[in-house]
Amino acid sequence: MPRIQVVPLLEVVRETPTTMTYRFRADLGGQPGQFLMVWIPRYDELPMALSYLGAVKGITVRDYGDATHILAAFNAGDRIGIRGPYGNVFRLQGEKVLAVGGGSGMASMIAAIESFAQQGARVVTAVGAKAANELLFVERANASGEVHIATDDGSRGFKGFVPALAEKLVEREKFDQVLTCGPERMMKAVVDLARKHHVPVQASLERYMKCGIGICDACSLDDQLVCVDGPIFTAEQLEGSEDFGHFRRDKSGRRVAA
Amino acid sequence: MVDLRTEVAGVRLRNPTMLASGFLDETGGSMARVYEAGAGAVVTKSIGPQPREGYPNPTIVELDAGLLNAVGLPNPGIVEYEREVKRAHAAGAVVIGSVFGKDADEYATVAAKMATYGVKAIELNLSCPHAKGLGTEIAQHEDAVQEFTRAVKDVVSLPVFPKLSPNVQDITTFAVAAEKGGADGIVAINTLKAMAITPELKMPSLANRFGGLSGPAIRPIGVRAVYDICEKVHIPVIGVGGIGSGRDALEYIMAGASAVQVGTAIISKGLGVFNEITKEMASLLEDAGFRSVPEAIGVAHA
Repeated sequence: MPRIQVVPLLEVVRETPTTMTYRFRADLGGQPGQFLMVWIPRYDELPMALSYLGAVKGITVRDYGDATHILAAFNAGDRIGIRGPYGNVFRLQGEKVLAVGGGSGMASMIAAIESFAQQGARVVTAVGAKAANELLFVERANASGEVHIATDDGSRGFKGFVPALAEKLVEREKFDQVLTCGPERMMKAVVDLARKHHVPVQASLERYMKCGIGICDACSLDDQLVCVDGPIFTAEQLEGSEDFGHFRRDKSGRRVAA
Repeated sequence: MVDLRTEVAGVRLRNPTMLASGFLDETGGSMARVYEAGAGAVVTKSIGPQPREGYPNPTIVELDAGLLNAVGLPNPGIVEYEREVKRAHAAGAVVIGSVFGKDADEYATVAAKMATYGVKAIELNLSCPHAKGLGTEIAQHEDAVQEFTRAVKDVVSLPVFPKLSPNVQDITTFAVAAEKGGADGIVAINTLKAMAITPELKMPSLANRFGGLSGPAIRPIGVRAVYDICEKVHIPVIGVGGIGSGRDALEYIMAGASAVQVGTAIISKGLGVFNEITKEMASLLEDAGFRSVPEAIGVAHA
């Protein structure tokens, strides 16, 4: 059997002006932080984080390009192809966790935030976005613990970038670990501040992918592959990286600014 | 102890396994890692004169029979690729540069540039079965194989290994043509033309509609191709197609291959597959009374 399932969408939910969640039933596993390769028939196949685990799974996607724009027009009943789950998993270490999410990066972390809280951890989430209407999964995070908000324009919560907010939280309280997902330069700032405060960190990275299974080399980060060695990397793995926060590969394999 | 070292047209290898072109070879970091994981050599992604994005996704489909792909020769172009080869060399890797182009001049230009990067040999991708006008048509004409091989031989002083397509009436006539063109070795086989359809969507599973099949299903086809080619040419052959174990590798070696390439098996076995193959091969050779790899090459012809 081909390792791909074609599934009808059960529900499409607009989360923010630019971000949609797509729910579907799928006969596959999936743990916090893992992703699927999602086939938007006739357009593209892209890696997308699982934002809902369980029987009715979900992916949450920002409309940022041609294929995601097509997907944004999909309705319940429209079909997508999925394969996976792929990649490694957010691991709970200790009892006090700070999750730092920027923009659609919350999609990769929300399942971990919920799972860690269910396992009894204290989870504090710092959510950042350009503006109040782009904040993602604030209510879900709030149901799992304390939430702090940062917006670039100050329309809600702290005015500024989420790493600055995270730093205040780290100075206030000793966390056992930090999770982060968002724009790469934001994650770089979060990794650096966690390292400075001697808190272990797991960062979920994103790269262009073709295969998702560790052969095409499109998603390489130094000598690591985001699809099979990641997408989640520790500060130790990212230390000394020439690519993290600086470079990615384009579709031809050229090294370009991240 | 069996001596696993082997040699192909003067290229010395610590063991007979090579990374097949198209797998984990777009970046120097990955090639270095594959070499460090135990490969005897790494063959680069097929590099052309200009950067090329390749086809849209889906570019791969995993099937029970193997892996179907139509990636479309994405590559950063020969100029930018220098840093990747350098990175692999910094890790001590033995690198074979795979090149493609649209005509003999382009092959020669790219190969000449690749040679300046310090690679140990040039592989000619003459047979990508799914990139329009690149390789695939060349692979259908013996004259073109001879001409392109000659064009590259004229500009590089390295061993040149044309990689042949199995999608022809008789692959041995192409091996003979390559030998006439001055090839120092033959790589066989590339993927087989194939297609998968997703019935639920009533459409082909690959964006390019059709592609090339690799993996276990094509191994018997590759073994026969290598066996037949070895009956017709006097240059060494590198066997590729569905190799995932030491036993698989020995099939090719006993059919006449001096070395083997491994690609699709990385999906299921990871990079440990190279060490796994060499260990198993050593143990099988020892059991059969061989002291070295070269002793076993082509013994199935006896």
